[in-house]
Amino acid sequence: MNPVNYLYLAALLFTIGASGVLVRRNAIVVFMCVELMLNACNLALVTFSRMHGNLDGQIVAFFTMVVAAAEVVVGLAIIVSLFRSRHSASVDDASLMKL
Amino acid sequence: MENLIALLVAAPLLGAAVLLCGGRRLDRAGHWIGTLLAAASFVVGVVLFSAMLGYEAEARTMRQHLFSWIPVEGFQADIAFQLDQLSMTFVLLITGVGTLIHIYSIGYMEHDERRRRFFGYLNLFLAAMLLLVIADNYLLLYVGWEGVGLASYLLIGFWQHKPSAATAAKKAFLVNRVGDMGLSVAIMLMFTTFGTFAFGPVLSATGETSEGKLTAIGLMLLLAACGKSAQVPLQSWLGDAMEGPTPVSALIHAATMVTAGVYLIVRSGAIFDAAPDAQLAVVVVGAVTLLFGAIVGCAKDDIKKALAGSTMSQIGYMILAAGLGPIGYVFAIMHLVTHGFFKAGLFLGAGSVMHGMNDEVDMRKYGGLRKYMPVTFVTFGLGYLAIIGFPGLSGFFSKDKIIEAAFAKGGTEGWILGSVALLGAGITAFYMTRVMLMTFFGEKRWQPDAEGREPHPHESPKSMTIPMIVLAFGSVFAGGFFAIGDRFTHWLEPVTRYDHGHAPVSAATVTGATMVVLLAGAALAWAMYGRRPIPVVAPRGSLLTRAARRDLLQDDFNHVVLVRGGEHLTRSLVYVDHSLVDGVVNGTAASFGGLSGRLRKLQNGYARTYAVSMFGGTAVLIAATLLMRAV
Amino acid sequence: MTGLAAAATTSTGEAVQFWILGTVAVIGALSTVLLKRAVHSALSLAGTMIILAVFYLANGAYFLGVVQVVVYTGAIMMLFLFVVMLVGVTAADSLKETLKGQRWLALGCGLGFGILLAAGIGSASLNNFNGLGAANAAHGGNVEGLANLIFTKYVFAFEITGALLITATVGAMVLTHRERTERAKTQREMSEERVRSSHLPPLPAPGVYARHNAVDIAGLLPDGTPSELTVMQTLRRRGQMRDVSNEALADLKALEQRSEARLGRDNDEEEVAK
Repeated sequence: MNPVNYLYLAALLFTIGASGVLVRRNAIVVFMCVELMLNACNLALVTFSRMHGNLDGQIVAFFTMVVAAAEVVVGLAIIVSLFRSRHSASVDDASLMKL
Repeated sequence: MENLIALLVAAPLLGAAVLLCGGRRLDRAGHWIGTLLAAASFVVGVVLFSAMLGYEAEARTMRQHLFSWIPVEGFQADIAFQLDQLSMTFVLLITGVGTLIHIYSIGYMEHDERRRRFFGYLNLFLAAMLLLVIADNYLLLYVGWEGVGLASYLLIGFWQHKPSAATAAKKAFLVNRVGDMGLSVAIMLMFTTFGTFAFGPVLSATGETSEGKLTAIGLMLLLAACGKSAQVPLQSWLGDAMEGPTPVSALIHAATMVTAGVYLIVRSGAIFDAAPDAQLAVVVVGAVTLLFGAIVGCAKDDIKKALAGSTMSQIGYMILAAGLGPIGYVFAIMHLVTHGFFKAGLFLGAGSVMHGMNDEVDMRKYGGLRKYMPVTFVTFGLGYLAIIGFPGLSGFFSKDKIIEAAFAKGGTEGWILGSVALLGAGITAFYMTRVMLMTFFGEKRWQPDAEGREPHPHESPKSMTIPMIVLAFGSVFAGGFFAIGDRFTHWLEPVTRYDHGHAPVSAATVTGATMVVLLAGAALAWAMYGRRPIPVVAPRGSLLTRAARRDLLQDDFNHVVLVRGGEHLTRSLVYVDHSLVDGVVNGTAASFGGLSGRLRKLQNGYARTYAVSMFGGTAVLIAATLLMRAV
Repeated sequence: MTGLAAAATTSTGEAVQFWILGTVAVIGALSTVLLKRAVHSALSLAGTMIILAVFYLANGAYFLGVVQVVVYTGAIMMLFLFVVMLVGVTAADSLKETLKGQRWLALGCGLGFGILLAAGIGSASLNNFNGLGAANAAHGGNVEGLANLIFTKYVFAFEITGALLITATVGAMVLTHRERTERAKTQREMSEERVRSSHLPPLPAPGVYARHNAVDIAGLLPDGTPSELTVMQTLRRRGQMRDVSNEALADLKALEQRSEARLGRDNDEEEVAK
C-alpha cells in the first residue's frame, strides 16, 4: 500500500467534516465537525512528516492540537453563554446579520 | 467737438428713461419731451456734420472713447464711438427722419392713451439705432443691434390687446433671433480669428486671414443681415410687423432699422471683398429678395403690407448693391437714404389715409381719395414717382445706379443680376401704380362699417402733413442732390471705396431700358386697375396671385419645414430620450436594483450560508491553483 | 518498523490495518455528521479520533498518537460531552433542512472540494517516502526528537501557544462567568415573598389521574387538563415539556370500555349460570 492513501483518507475526512459544518444546525455538532477537519489536517501533517523524513510536520500537528484545545475551550464557552441567553444551540437562530 | 458724439445716443436714451420711468405725471408732456430729445439728437448730428465737412476728406473720422467696458486681459471691449462719413449719413437719416416721425406721431397717436409709452419706445429705438451705427466695434454694434430688435418688438406689439399684434411681435422677435445668432457667431469667429472685434483692426487684417474663415464670418454676417433686413429666407416677419402703429412701420420697418443689415454688410465690406463666396451669397440673397418682395407687393390688398413687400424688395436692391463690392457700396447707401425718404413718406401717407378712413387698411375699400386728401395725395404721389424711378426724382438716380452697377459686375453674373434688377424695376412700377390707382383714383368704394358708421375721409392735421411734405421734398430732391456731380460718391469714397467697374452697356442704354420697363409696368397696372372698376371683394386670382397673397407661402414653408420639422425632431428626440436614454438609465437602475434584490437574498444572515460560500470559494481557489499548475 | 524506512510502500500488516480502520474512521466521521443526537455524534467522533491515534502511531508519530488519545479523546471530547449534557442530552436535532438549497449546495461544494483535493494529491508525485526511522533515531527517540525541535527551532511558537492557552482559559472564564447584579435574597425575604404571592402552599403535585412521574410531563388537574406549573421552569422554557394529557384521557376511555365489556361479560356469564 502506498502511504499516499493516508492523504486521501485525510482529504475525505476533511470534506466530510466541512460538509457537516454546512449541514448541521446544532452548534455543538458543528464544532465537532470542525474538530474532525482539524484532525484530518493532523493526519495529513503526520503523513507528510513521514514522507519527508523529518519531525517538523509532527511539530505543526502538535501545535494544531494545542490551538484546537484553546479553540474548543473558548468556543464551548461561547456556546454555553449563547445557550444561556437564547435557550437554543442552533446556529440558525443567530441570524442577526440578516438585512 | 468729438466729445459730442456720445450726446447723439445720450439724448434719446435720456428721453426713453424719463418717459418710461416717469409714470403718468408725464402723460401730458411726454410726446413733447420725446420729440424734443429726438430733435436735439438731430441738432447734434447736424453740428457734427458741419464740423466733419470742415476736415479733409480722408481725415473726417471722429472718435470718442467713453470708457473701458470689459477690460480683461486678452479681451478688450470698449464703449467707444467712431463717426465717419458712413455713420454720419446714417446718423442724419435716423435723427432726421426719426424727428419727423416723432412729430407725425404727435398727431397720429393723439387719441391713444399710451402715447407717452409710445414715445419712450421710439426714443429707445433711436438710441439703440444710433448706437448701432456709431459703435466702433462689433460688440457694441451688437448691443445696438439687440436694442433695435427690442424696440421693434415693443413697438410692433404696441397694441398688444390685439392678438394679431402680439403674435406679430413675437414672430418678429423669434425670426430676428435667428439672425442675431448669426451675428453673435460672427463676432465669436472674429474674436478667435483676429483677437479683437474693433472695426479698425478687424477690417485691416482681412488680407492676412484665410479665405475660409472670412467666408464663414461673411456668411454669418449675411445671416444677421437677413434677419434684421427681412431678406429671404428670414423675411417672413416684416409683413406681419405692419400690425404696429404706422409711424413705427415708417421709421423702423421702412427707413432705418431694416436697413441695418445693409449697414452691416457695407461696414464689413473688407471681409466680403476678401471672401468672394460670401459676396456671391449676398448678391443671390439680394436678387431673390428683390423679386420676392416685389411679387408679394403686387398681390396684397392691405396698403401697409403692399408697402412692406416693396420695402423688402427695395432692401433687396440695397443688399444686391452691397454684394457687388466697391462698385455698389456707395449706391447701396445712396438708395438706402433716398428709400428712407420716400418709403417713410409713403408709409406716413398710408398712415394718413388710414387716419381718415377709420383705420381701414384694405385698398379695395378706398378709391377716389385724391379729392378728400389733397396733401396726402400729392406727397404720396411724389413718393410714388420717386420709388418707381421717375426721371429726376430720388429713386431714379439711386436705383438706376444700382442697375448700372449690377451690369458693371461683369460676365454672366453681371447680366443676370442686371436683368433681375431691371425686371424688379418693372414690377416695382406695376405694384406701386396699383397702390396709387386703388387708393386715390377710381370711384369711392367704401361702405358703412358693421356699426353703420360711414367713414368720412378728411385731411390729417398739420402735425402729420408737415412731416409728409418735408419727406416729399426729400423724395424729390435728395437723389438729384446726391447724384449730380457724384457728390455722394465723393463723400463716401474714403470709407467704402469706389470702383467704376466695367459696364458692358452704356449708362444711357441702361437708363433707357429702365424707362421702357418702368413704363411697361405702369401701363400694365393702368390696364388692370385704372381702366376697369376694382371689385370690392378680391377676385380669386391666378395661382401666383394666391400664392403671393400668402406671402409666396413663406409662412407655410416655415410651418411645414421648421415648425413641423422641429416638432417631429422634438418628438423623436423626446421618444429617444424616453425610450433609449431613460431606458438605459432606468434599466441600469432597475437591473442594479433587481440584482441587489437577488444578491440581498445571499445575505440571509445565516452563518451556514456564508460558510457555504467560503467553502465554494476555497474549492474555486484550489481549482484555479491546479489549473495554473497544469498550464 | 522497518517498513517505515525509505519505502514507497508499506507493510501488508499496515495496509490491512489501514483499510479496516480507515473504513471505520470514515463511518465514524459520517455518523458524526449524520446522527441526530449530539451525544451520538460526540461518541462517533471520539471513535474516529482513536482510530486516527492508531494511524499516528503507524506513521511513526508515537508522541502525537498518545497525545491524541489522552488530550483529544480524553479531555476535549469529554468537554464536549459535558457541554452536551449541559445543553440537553436528550434533545434530538431535526435533520430537516430549513435553508433552501443549503443541503445541495453543501453536497455540491463538498463533492467538488473532495474531488479537487484528491486530484491535487494525485497530481503531486509523492512516491518518495523517506520514513521516520532516521529522524526518530537522531535524538534517541520520537519524543526526544520532538522535544529537541520544540525547545530549539520552535521555541518561540511554543511560548506563544502557551500564552494562547492562558488567554483561552481566561476567555472561557469571562464568557461563562455571570456577574451577580443584585444582593442574594435572605431566607426571610424569600418566605415573605412567598406569603405575598398567590401560591402559599407548595406547587401542585402531579394530579390524581397522573400516569407519569417524569419531570417533563405536566401533572393533571382534577378536570384532566395539564398544569404547566408542575413542570420545572428550565424545561418549560426550553420547550421540552411533554404533553400526554390526550393520551391519558384516551387511556382512561379505553380502560372504561374494557371494564364495561368485562362487567357485561360477567353479567352474561351469571345469566348463563342461572
